[in-house]
Amino acid sequence: MLDLKLYMAQRLTALLMAPLVIGHIAVMIYAIQGGLSAAEILGRTQGSVFWFAFYGLFVLAVSVHAAIGLRVIAHEWAGLKGRALTGLTWGVGLGLLLMGARAVWAVTWA
Amino acid sequence: MAAEAQNLKVSVWRGTGDTGDFETFEVPSRESQTVLDVVSWIQQEADPTLTYRFACRVGMCGSCAMMVNGIPRWTCRTHVKKVSDNNTLRIEPLRNMPVIKDLVADMDPFFDKWVSAEALHHPTSTRDDAIAPVDATTPQRQTADAGIECINCGICYAACDTVAGNPDYLAPSALLRAWTLLNDTKDWGRGAILDAVSGAGGCHNCHSMGSCTRYCPNELDPMSAIAGLKRETFRHALRRKRDA
Repeated sequence: MLDLKLYMAQRLTALLMAPLVIGHIAVMIYAIQGGLSAAEILGRTQGSVFWFAFYGLFVLAVSVHAAIGLRVIAHEWAGLKGRALTGLTWGVGLGLLLMGARAVWAVTWA
Repeated sequence: MAAEAQNLKVSVWRGTGDTGDFETFEVPSRESQTVLDVVSWIQQEADPTLTYRFACRVGMCGSCAMMVNGIPRWTCRTHVKKVSDNNTLRIEPLRNMPVIKDLVADMDPFFDKWVSAEALHHPTSTRDDAIAPVDATTPQRQTADAGIECINCGICYAACDTVAGNPDYLAPSALLRAWTLLNDTKDWGRGAILDAVSGAGGCHNCHSMGSCTRYCPNELDPMSAIAGLKRETFRHALRRKRDA
């Protein structure tokens, strides 16, 4: 159910996410000092290659990491296996990637 | 009357295959009584049809392993007074294995997984070669030695919550043996072992909950052995990618 490839993918994405989560939280704390507005956020993110790469990578890592984690829970707690389990893994992964990528696109280039 | 007050109330799992129920027996309480003594008393004095396994009675063979009040134990090495709850005992066959009858679990899946994990000796030489000396002081040999006292009793298998949710998981003892062989200079199955423990039911399914290490009657540490396999398979895969 969880072979070496999936395990490595989950561990490596965890490694990626650790600094990204810290960066995300640090910027959040910094950004809300003195109020928070959509204009302020968009002013920072729009057209920024850095924030596009930062959150783009974040979304990619989350999609892979969460899909594998939920796959384990679905198998061990709900007994899902075979095609249903594969379908769920890909569904969750692609779903998160689609929603996340859309959001990243919206605040950087759209 | 006083003796009757000392009776143990023992619920024993009775049944064949998937069907069955608990049957309660009153068993006289004795000094220094083990749970195996209780089961044997029931079979000899109350119901000769009760089926259970035992052999050595001294914690050498591991065949008397059962669930006692929900915890997997060697019944021959478990004193009643240490585990009874208000003079009651609940005795069941080992968890995570099919039941053959009453307290006898079918250990076939357990042993099949040892073979699937390549937890078997891969010889480096033949009987015609000279015996290669083993240096007992190397860290690698000490890592192997730390895990070789496993007697395949199935306690860790019954304790493992990952096996409960994921029946294909190779489980602690087979992976522990794979780990000791990986660290054994007299074993030549390195590639086969690393491949065998990297599959769908392999070591990467372990959640490190630690029940195997907590309940092993020989005080072995399968959880750390599995962590070692995870590290080694990871390294091996990275190396293979680099060399490709």
